[in-house]
Amino acid sequence: MEKKTINIDMKQYGMVIAMIAIFFIFNILSAGKNATPMNINNLIMQNSYVIILAVGMLLCVLTGNVDLGVGSVVALTGGICAIFVLDYGMPIPLAFLVVIIIGILTGMFAGFFIAALGIPPFIVTLATMLMGRGLTYVALKAQTKGPLPTSYTQIGAGYLPAISIGPKEAPIDLLSIIVAIVATLLIIFFELKSIKTKKKYGFDTIPMWQTVIKLIIIMAILWFFMVKLATYRGMPIVLVLITVLIGIYHFITSKTVAGRQVYALGGNAKAARLSGINTKKVFFWVYTNMGLLSAIAGIVLSARNASATPKAGDGFEMDAIAACYIGGAATAGGIGTIIGAVVGALIMGILNNGMSLIGWSTDIQKVVKGCVLLGAVTVDLVSKRKNN
Amino acid sequence: MSDIILEMNHITKEFSGVKALDDVNLKVKRGEIHALCGENGAGKSTLMNVLSGVYTYGSYSGDIIYNGKACQFHSIKDSESKGIVIIHQELALSPYLSIAENIFIGNEVTSAKGVIDWTKTRQKAKEMLAKVGLENENINTPVNSLGVGKQQLIEIVKALAKKVDLLILDEPTAALNDEESKQLLEIMLQLKKQGITCIIISHKLSELSYVADSITVIRDGKTIETMNKETDEFTEDRIIKGMVGRELTNLYPARESNIGDVMVEVNNWNVYHPDDEHRQIIKNVSFQVRAGEIVGFAGLMGAGRTELAMSLFGKAYGQKITGEFKKKGEVLHLNNVREAIKNKIAYVSEDRKNFGLILIDDIKQNMTLAALREYFSKKGVVNKNEEIVTAKKFKKLINVKANSIEQTVGSLSGGNQQKVVLAKWMITEPDVLILDEPTRGIDVGAKYEIYCIINDLAKAGKAIIFISSEMPEIIGMCDRVYVLNEGKIAGELDKEDLSQEKIMKCIVTHNGKENN
Repeated sequence: MEKKTINIDMKQYGMVIAMIAIFFIFNILSAGKNATPMNINNLIMQNSYVIILAVGMLLCVLTGNVDLGVGSVVALTGGICAIFVLDYGMPIPLAFLVVIIIGILTGMFAGFFIAALGIPPFIVTLATMLMGRGLTYVALKAQTKGPLPTSYTQIGAGYLPAISIGPKEAPIDLLSIIVAIVATLLIIFFELKSIKTKKKYGFDTIPMWQTVIKLIIIMAILWFFMVKLATYRGMPIVLVLITVLIGIYHFITSKTVAGRQVYALGGNAKAARLSGINTKKVFFWVYTNMGLLSAIAGIVLSARNASATPKAGDGFEMDAIAACYIGGAATAGGIGTIIGAVVGALIMGILNNGMSLIGWSTDIQKVVKGCVLLGAVTVDLVSKRKNN
Repeated sequence: MSDIILEMNHITKEFSGVKALDDVNLKVKRGEIHALCGENGAGKSTLMNVLSGVYTYGSYSGDIIYNGKACQFHSIKDSESKGIVIIHQELALSPYLSIAENIFIGNEVTSAKGVIDWTKTRQKAKEMLAKVGLENENINTPVNSLGVGKQQLIEIVKALAKKVDLLILDEPTAALNDEESKQLLEIMLQLKKQGITCIIISHKLSELSYVADSITVIRDGKTIETMNKETDEFTEDRIIKGMVGRELTNLYPARESNIGDVMVEVNNWNVYHPDDEHRQIIKNVSFQVRAGEIVGFAGLMGAGRTELAMSLFGKAYGQKITGEFKKKGEVLHLNNVREAIKNKIAYVSEDRKNFGLILIDDIKQNMTLAALREYFSKKGVVNKNEEIVTAKKFKKLINVKANSIEQTVGSLSGGNQQKVVLAKWMITEPDVLILDEPTRGIDVGAKYEIYCIINDLAKAGKAIIFISSEMPEIIGMCDRVYVLNEGKIAGELDKEDLSQEKIMKCIVTHNGKENN
């Protein structure tokens, strides 16, 4: 029993440790450039949309499938949103709402074919990928639409109002520090609460040293990020957005009946059906949800670029899928976590960012990313086979 | 040549420190049918995998002497080239290829330079099929359109095409009905006449005593004894004693029936095939089950028992379903499995790996899956702690042998997997349990434990529908039996009237009536 707990934790730590190791390697290669406050800020901004997509993609991957259409939906929703705001003068919050509904509808479209008609998701989403890209070119007349107003770009490029303290030449944002303190207290509170419930039920608890190591790693990452952000321009709005999304989806997948149903469907669809799970419904909502998150990513991307282009989001589906697999999800479905997918996305982000900083071309970057994906999945599968 | 074709001496094989085989010895005479018996996990399949080279030379200790020579097999190809062919429990046919293509798969009939000679292939396939009495099959039919029994025979033909001297059959009759099994056994006897030596692994002791010349019993990775037809008498009691290491005084635990009111009443139930709306699978079936009663459904494979059960379980099978389904006098309209579960009906599938369990998930999650929404959640949020408590309770209650409730069910033995499936449905607190082949492919000891669980459930006042292809089991367990044949009820037998002969007679006379 005890031995098993350690193994499970090691696997989760493994990914995080790999991420930290990669960060340190590039820290040395780039002579410290990748740890500057500005670069940490960029790291979050640049990867926010891939993280948002990876969170939704994980649910598709859990069912044993993928959604190839997300990159196109990102472009389509970003494009439509820009048109509404710039050409029709629609109020920005309303434009966001309408575009999110459009995203949900694209998800429902795919979900309908997959769930109700039983068409393989690969085919359906390959089709939505082509259709979405084509429609984007039609809508934008193959032109870039911009520049978008500041109130729009805030969501992708803006910051929460900073409370500057400290010396004038090197101000520190108090808000970021307060957030870090609150987060620290919350993490410790939940950890203690979980230990208490486990004791109440008389379950075996994880050895204390493991809990302490886990907390130290989490705290170190948290404070590292927050201090860096505090010395730059404070909390990016998009960071708040992705934290909320990660929190919601982590809760859904790990703590709710709906989440468990997705895992069960991916593990064995026939057994899930005979256990009273409406597998069609699960499929439908998983793909509908992917549409919703694609729309959010579309808004964030267009906001960050301050414009919408028909080529936007090209290849994002592959980044999101790769993030899930690097994060330990199984291609056959039924295995994977939201946190894993987020770490997978961050690993790719750190790689991209680090290689750019040391001046490697995007061509080489692709080769390296391919190697990392192949390596991560190979190590995962080979070690699993050994254990069996 | 000596009359011993194969000797395996002092074979020991370990898996990460656990001895799966411990100094096993096996001697097989040329031209005999040699049976291997043992509980699941005793090491039969491991031994055969050592022999066929699945576990390569060096990964085990001990010698294999075949045709008087010591052998070192590094792959299945090595052992096949010496004439040792193994037919695994899971069929290894390619479903969309034709019979002829399957027979020569990996062993193609080629002309010069590796081009397949289709004329010769077909000719040869026809000849080979005649050997197993399938000369009337069209060799161009894809194998997935054949029944399991015929597919098993195709596997044998495939082995014969490889010039086999020693044929190993791993539970060849597990998925076959009585008639098909009989046919297969006859073919084995024919092969013996042609000089082919066979090793057969099986749980069906009656079959073994029918075909085998010698029987070797293995228990916990050790050879217990080898019996010969000439010197020993093959009795089930003796074999079972060897397998489990104790005398099973009674295969079926005693139970005092305490039968209550009518719990389930089904009237004029009709079901059509899900893909073919003109093919009626269940025809006007009516029956009753009382609280605390175990009612058996006997019949040949394809009689429609599973289809009947699944169609009752929230229309999980079939289309155009009509008829009345009453529970405690109330008519139920179940449109999906969820509604069936809510109405306290449970169905334990005959195929636990494909329909019963999520093999990659742990014991706990499998146990609570069907009851998750009703019993382990509040507003859709799972209470994981309650889950752990319940899973621990049931693991203990029905004696699931595992390190912890966090162990994946894929790593459990068949018997323990079946217990997990039973626990999953017991946790839904059903009034009606439909058990479809609840003891298929599990060993004698675990069977007994499962019978005890079923008896306890009956004692607790549940209505139990017990579907089984093993007639002794039906006779030993049930208060009453319906015989199903070709989608119709062919007869109803009370406990006092139950015998294998009576059930068979029921089917045969029903067939006769149908044909006139």
